[in-house]
Amino acid sequence: MNSLNDFFENLDPETLDGHGPVAMKDLVEEDNKNVVGTYCVFTPYEVIRAADAIPVTLCSTSDATIEDGEEDLPRNLCPLIKSSYGFAITDKCPYFHFADIIVGETTCDGKKKMYEYLDDVTPVHVMNLPQSNDRDIDFEIWKDEVVLLKEKLEAKYDTEITKERLKEEIENKNKERQAIKNFYELGKLNPSPLYGTEIFKVINITNYTFDKEIAIDRINEISEEVLERYNNGDKRISEDAPRILITGCPMGQATEKVIKAIEDNGGSVVCLESCTGLKPNDQLVNEDIDPIEAITEKYLNTPCSCMSPNDNRVELLNRLVEEYQVDGVVDMILQACHTYNVESHRIKEELKEASNTPYINIETDYSQSDVGQLETRLTAFLEML
Amino acid sequence: MYYIGIDIGSTGAKGVLYKDDIICREIMPTGWKPKETGRNLYYKLLNDSNISEKDIENVVVTGYGRVAVDFADKVVTEITCHAKGGYYLNNSVRTIIDIGGQDSKVISLDSNGQVKDFIMNDKCAAGTGKFLEVTINSLGASLDEIDEITEGVEPVKINSMCTVFAESEIISLISAGKNKEEVAMGVINAIAEQGKNLLKKIKVKDIVLFTGGLAKSSVIKDTLSKKINENIITSRDSLYAGAIGAAVIASEL
Repeated sequence: MNSLNDFFENLDPETLDGHGPVAMKDLVEEDNKNVVGTYCVFTPYEVIRAADAIPVTLCSTSDATIEDGEEDLPRNLCPLIKSSYGFAITDKCPYFHFADIIVGETTCDGKKKMYEYLDDVTPVHVMNLPQSNDRDIDFEIWKDEVVLLKEKLEAKYDTEITKERLKEEIENKNKERQAIKNFYELGKLNPSPLYGTEIFKVINITNYTFDKEIAIDRINEISEEVLERYNNGDKRISEDAPRILITGCPMGQATEKVIKAIEDNGGSVVCLESCTGLKPNDQLVNEDIDPIEAITEKYLNTPCSCMSPNDNRVELLNRLVEEYQVDGVVDMILQACHTYNVESHRIKEELKEASNTPYINIETDYSQSDVGQLETRLTAFLEML
Repeated sequence: MYYIGIDIGSTGAKGVLYKDDIICREIMPTGWKPKETGRNLYYKLLNDSNISEKDIENVVVTGYGRVAVDFADKVVTEITCHAKGGYYLNNSVRTIIDIGGQDSKVISLDSNGQVKDFIMNDKCAAGTGKFLEVTINSLGASLDEIDEITEGVEPVKINSMCTVFAESEIISLISAGKNKEEVAMGVINAIAEQGKNLLKKIKVKDIVLFTGGLAKSSVIKDTLSKKINENIITSRDSLYAGAIGAAVIASEL
């Protein structure tokens, strides 16, 4: 193995310790672990871990089950919701298969109503998420929801979630967040040592490695490896490549076409802001205050477009544009995602005002039929920078 | 030395031979094989101008068929080429609206002719040449006569922007006794409305240049001008704007 290219090509998720469906099966069948399915990054991860259960994200990113999903759901709905539901009813997702309960939040109308149907397949506990985060009452409502989840899990698994356990899990998760952060912040180097597809791959591997000690050690090793090779002169990306930040809806599998269209046409994706990238890891949970309050604060402040107003996202983007020396922002919006779609106009204007950073929004779904159109738009955007 | 710009659109393929000035322009239907069409266009430009292949310094290809062509020195998107071509045709141009066979776009330029911002229509062909062709054909008229038959006619309202739905709506309007001219003007109005919506998303700045296949229709240009309250200009080379931009880029390589 002599180059970073080889290093990442040989990083095969299927063969990694503690990673993927097989690791999950072992946890369930051999270690008798309980599994809690989650969708959004609003789900308080530490509460589930403190109940000795394994949280796993079920957001689907492939179009394989969209048609199945459309049997019960309308066509004109976000592909993530249709795909996730499709995987659930066809039992094609191993993670969904092992989940005893699902925790969902009322982040959007589509998901909220989909959970009603999903409950017939696997019980769903819905957390009522406030639609803003800047009033005292929002904090109180969300804190109550965190407590309700805690009580629900305690009853379901006949256990007690103590303050000590919560504190322990907050520290553990912070360690993982910090390790992921240390990795993706390598993208701040100029030129970046990483392709966007690699940033995405490594974060994904970490998320689906359920033994977190293994996950943290592995990502730390990857970061060291990358930095060492980079410092030894293994620079694959041109200094002239426009540096792109991708924001917007969750990405993955089918929508990696957006990252590819940018990188195949001369751009360098240095930062993935969305909830499948940086968003959940940017802020840690405060370890010095009451754990429930600390958890409430961290999750309520997630800069998602479901919040109104969503000033946190604007602040985050402006900060990232500066820190990552971003030349252009690409907002990837899934079809029928009203909140991100509506917010697009504000993001464009705010970026223009703060730093005059060029912005483009791309509306897409999980099919590959628009790859040509995406390439034209994104290449033209890169030519413009 | 000479330079060639080729713009392979969804409907028509345009080519321009360039050396300080435009020497020759050619157009042919794109057809089913964009790669072959690109080749044919290249040789047609050479033959018609009595120039041999060795006189060509660079070829730049653009348009939806740009990736199919294998003899390009550089491939550039139609956005950048239209901007370059539009600015070449008139360097006071600050906004370009291009309505082609199956897509439309609005480009905003700075005073140096650089692209500042752009927007393209959605995935479907609403409000483009295809839309006009299908709807006008369903009226039993042809594209060449639209300016003539719609002169001074008040439009009927057509609500559907989807080509398939609009065709059904037109059939209903005809059955309800509307005459062909009013409906044709309704179609023009719908296209201009769609163009206006694109233009409004980008801050329109004078001078606005209309390019693409539909730019030859004065009724579309005038209706659109009225809707956005700005004077829109066209050029006799509007159809070739993308190819001209590609040729100019070829000369700068």
